[in-house]
Amino acid sequence: MSEQPVPPGTRAFEPLSQSDRRDAVALEGLTLLVGTKKGAFFLTASPERDRFALVGPVFLGHIVHHAVVDPRDRRTLLVALRSGHLGPTVFRSTDCGRSWQESARPPAFSKPKDARRSTTVEQVFWLTPGHASELGVWYAGTSPEGLFRSEDGGNTWQPVSGWNDHPKWMQWTGDMKERNPDGSPIHSILIDPRDAKHMYFGTGSAGVFETIDQGASWNLLNTGMLSPTGPDPHPEYGYDPHCMTLHPLAPDLLYQQNHCGIYRMRRPEARWLRIGDNMPRDVGDIGFAIGLHPRDPNTAWVFPMDGTDVWPRTCPGGRPAVYRTRDGGESWTRLDRGFPERAWYTVLRQSMAVDTEKNIGVYLGTTNGEVWGSIDEGEGWRCLAAHLPHIYSVEVANFADAQ
Amino acid sequence: MKVGIPSVLQSYTAGTRVVEADGSTVAALLFDLDARYPGIRFRMVNEADALRPHVRVFVNREAIIDLDRGLSPGDEVTILQALSGG
Repeated sequence: MSEQPVPPGTRAFEPLSQSDRRDAVALEGLTLLVGTKKGAFFLTASPERDRFALVGPVFLGHIVHHAVVDPRDRRTLLVALRSGHLGPTVFRSTDCGRSWQESARPPAFSKPKDARRSTTVEQVFWLTPGHASELGVWYAGTSPEGLFRSEDGGNTWQPVSGWNDHPKWMQWTGDMKERNPDGSPIHSILIDPRDAKHMYFGTGSAGVFETIDQGASWNLLNTGMLSPTGPDPHPEYGYDPHCMTLHPLAPDLLYQQNHCGIYRMRRPEARWLRIGDNMPRDVGDIGFAIGLHPRDPNTAWVFPMDGTDVWPRTCPGGRPAVYRTRDGGESWTRLDRGFPERAWYTVLRQSMAVDTEKNIGVYLGTTNGEVWGSIDEGEGWRCLAAHLPHIYSVEVANFADAQ
Repeated sequence: MKVGIPSVLQSYTAGTRVVEADGSTVAALLFDLDARYPGIRFRMVNEADALRPHVRVFVNREAIIDLDRGLSPGDEVTILQALSGG
């Protein structure tokens, strides 16, 4: 992709000081933020979205789990990273990637009174900008399952003690040896657009949690899900919601792609409905990612993966396709035009993103380093970039105009 | 005293391989290093005050496990990064 012409308005690598040069980019307009095992890459769209120019990488060699732009200013960009051998941290840019500063106080657990029970952040996994009314507030989810809040745009992070020091934290977060290969993170930190104190998140060890007091106390929200472990299919906790999202225009509507199916919940009900039962039986409803249409609460996209036998988590039958519902999960349509006839992709939980253009764009990244996109709500797909490192995340940003 | 910085941490020292830092113990030296190059310590030492895996600290030619190990003027401290995996 690098040989493609750069769209107007996109400039890469402005001259900066030697120490900053490797990480300097100047991002403008609609851009995909791609977090990979070896750095962050950016795909900047031409105005018609018919071309995507590869910009970067920045932080080459670092494991980037998430890169997110602040929708409140469209300039501040936070990147959660670590190297394979150094500790986790957060870098932030307040000028669309032109310069970067490391958080002065990265997310870190408080020291317990009993040092033997100390827990340390292995990686910062998830970043969520705070409520629109709380400028500068961000939340970070880490592995092991820590929740952190910043009130200064990501420069310093404080533990959310209502979660990190909860008396049941050890019970809920489970046995270290059963953690996922990439750790067991807090993910899908969701904030109710009507109420900054009302939040949700998911963990891979316990399930879905909700707070109505901005993290001081937490309630489980697991009823209706199927548990992947243990003899009891419906325990109080022990669920694996891979990716959860709420609709910005209908915040009482939650969707999730779970380890064990696709679910929907309409609040104030507190019961998940397995809408994945409406998927074709030979495809199933296993996967990691789910994306929502920004203007239609009944439209969602998933990328099913093989959950049979030893759970390969690649495209069922080696035939890649996105599935879309237009009716809140009552029915699903297969969308495979443009994908290879045979491919064994894996798309992780942070690797599907949806833009807000007139004709909605849907994007996904694969663990073999390909970014795929559709600019007609999933009808047709094309490869936007290939030969990137293992992709952990894809997010859409729409950067403010340069000043 | 002189402290050798591995390449993976030289982004904190503006590319300098050997820097000056002081401390009566290795732990104190790492805090002093962080005061001079903010952020460098947390990449090496976690919030439980333990060296992260793959970070090695040598005083002269002695590998250090205990960060309370004392230092004397003239000691040379070397921080190394053990690389593994892909």
